[in-house]
Amino acid sequence: MDKVLMSHGGGGSMMQSFISEIFIEKFNNEYLNQMEDAALLPGKTVFTTDSFVVKPVFFPGGDIGRLAICGTVNDISMRGAKPLFLSASFIIEEGFPVDDIKKIVGSMVDAANEAGVQIVTGDTKVVEKNSADGIFINTAGIGILPDGAYVSIKNGKPGDVVIVSGTIGDHGMAVMGAREGLDFDPPLLSDVSPLNKMVEKLMALRDAVKILRDPTRGGVAEVLYEIAGMSNVGIKIHEDKLPVKESVKSACSMLGIDYLHLANEGKLVCVVDKDFAYKALEIMKEDKYGKDAAIIGEIDDSGLVTIETVYGTNRIVDRPIGELLPRIC
Amino acid sequence: MQGIINTAKELIDRYNTGESIKIMEVCGSHTMAISKYGLRQILPPNIKLISGPGCPVCVTAQNEIDASISLASQGVTIATFGDLVRVPGNDSSLQEERAKGRDVRVFYSPLDALDYAMANPSKEVVFIGIGFETTIPSVAMTIKEAYTKKIKNYSVYCLHKTMPKALEALVVNGSDIQGFLLPGHVSAITGSTIYNFLVDRYNIGGVVSGFEATDILMSVVMILKNLKDPKIEIQYKRVVKEEGNTYAQRLMDEVFEESDAEWRGLGMIEGSGLRIRDKYSEYDAEKKFKIKKPNSSTEIKGCRCGDVLKGIITPKQCPLFGKACTPLNPVGPCMVSSEGSCAAYYKYGE
Ligand code: SF4
Repeated sequence: MDKVLMSHGGGGSMMQSFISEIFIEKFNNEYLNQMEDAALLPGKTVFTTDSFVVKPVFFPGGDIGRLAICGTVNDISMRGAKPLFLSASFIIEEGFPVDDIKKIVGSMVDAANEAGVQIVTGDTKVVEKNSADGIFINTAGIGILPDGAYVSIKNGKPGDVVIVSGTIGDHGMAVMGAREGLDFDPPLLSDVSPLNKMVEKLMALRDAVKILRDPTRGGVAEVLYEIAGMSNVGIKIHEDKLPVKESVKSACSMLGIDYLHLANEGKLVCVVDKDFAYKALEIMKEDKYGKDAAIIGEIDDSGLVTIETVYGTNRIVDRPIGELLPRIC
Repeated sequence: MQGIINTAKELIDRYNTGESIKIMEVCGSHTMAISKYGLRQILPPNIKLISGPGCPVCVTAQNEIDASISLASQGVTIATFGDLVRVPGNDSSLQEERAKGRDVRVFYSPLDALDYAMANPSKEVVFIGIGFETTIPSVAMTIKEAYTKKIKNYSVYCLHKTMPKALEALVVNGSDIQGFLLPGHVSAITGSTIYNFLVDRYNIGGVVSGFEATDILMSVVMILKNLKDPKIEIQYKRVVKEEGNTYAQRLMDEVFEESDAEWRGLGMIEGSGLRIRDKYSEYDAEKKFKIKKPNSSTEIKGCRCGDVLKGIITPKQCPLFGKACTPLNPVGPCMVSSEGSCAAYYKYGE
């Protein structure tokens, strides 16, 4: 590889090896090497950052502003922490409509209010026409870990149960549909939402909640692979238990895309001690973003990520590589 | 679901003679479905499903990939379907060209590519037309529309291939294939009678199959039932009619005419491709940009895609499979394409 490719940013296995070869090896310190969605720093502080480059900027069910808040709030929450303060930094291309910025900032305020966080610092840069694509937003955030919580991607043990907090792939398919002009009936909306309130309630189960991860780029499949790899376990999921909207399913079969690869922006994958699985499921279902939560599988010691199909056969879950490309025929 | 599977299993057992039976699926989407549903686990061990040359990306010849790449470096906008961007050419791929700053765009439909050309009159947009009868009518539509609307900055590099002649190439010198799972999407356009020669000349039957696990299993049952008295039948009746889609056929015929085509692994097959008719020659990128395909004798070293496509070896029998060749680092197109057999075997751990 001598040039960066789009697939290096696609959230699949290409991005994973790119990150570890280029960044982790060089930056190399105990906090970064945790390889989590957010770093746990001294004093129970959790810190994270993320950049948002979505196309189109306004999509069904949300926009880049709501995404920029929810993405960072969720990354902090995925350590079991309570997000408190965010930064917001904008790179704007010359010529971008000011009205659109106002709308985007409005959604950021709404999302921040909903999540109960404050945007306390920021930055703005304007770049020449054609040197950026409309608008890019970076947000960083700080949160605090509650006592008794210890959430880490390395915590999975055989026997633990895997839960997903709702229908899979809504965001990925809504954005793809908007970009490619596909019509869904009923219309398909992105699930972009802050999950911190749900996580806060889940953390009442303290260390029974072992792993939290939001399946953004790379989808649920990539998260399962990350969990299996970092916890050194295997995972078995069951196709008939996966919550997926019919519209997402049929769009996927039309395009030849696996819904397990589609991005989600308002869902989490949770690994819990099996004795607390139903309690955790109940807590999620009570939350407005967790109504369709479902137990989808369990951790085993196979070292593989497998799926039992609705036909009773077993196979490996396809790990996403990079860019999602629709099939040809 | 389990009930239907059990019924299919019982029927398969009833018609299974126990002798070894090779059934070839010629459609990449069937290959993926078979692996994705784990159907080989359901079939008895003497019935082997092997993959044929039905993945449009996989059968695109190396020199055609190289020609597309060199076209990108001429400063035109390359418009293409998904996976083709990842196929390695001799020393680059379209995605690497894109990273170098060449304008390579993935479109979901050829009509989107034409829309793009209309919205960007200062760019020369060339659509790389690959694929079988499934995609050909929509490409024909773009050419017709460009002609009617007098659009000057759109053209098609026609690399389309048609299915029947390739099937014939596989069996013409004898083969141990006893039945074909015929492509559902292709047949929706062409109808099923185009496969009659398989029975008439080679005494091999086939079934046009849908893409659900139950469709494929029922098609296997139909093939087994007719082993002694081979037939061409349609299992996928909800989509495929015997006469096909005559409107799409007329459209194809109006824009394209038969030509010879080179297939990866199968070589040059007479009459198995298409070229753009003279009436529409201003939309023929090959003429417009004087594309010269490099010599075709540059297949990638060690890659046995050709043998995989002919059903001579299974992907796992290729020495590079899973070692030098993985989806992350594909050596040949069978590993690149989401419909390729090597990718299917690798992804789903078969
Ligand atoms: S495993 Fe790779 S090298 Fe071998 S035939 Fe398949 S694509 Fe070609």
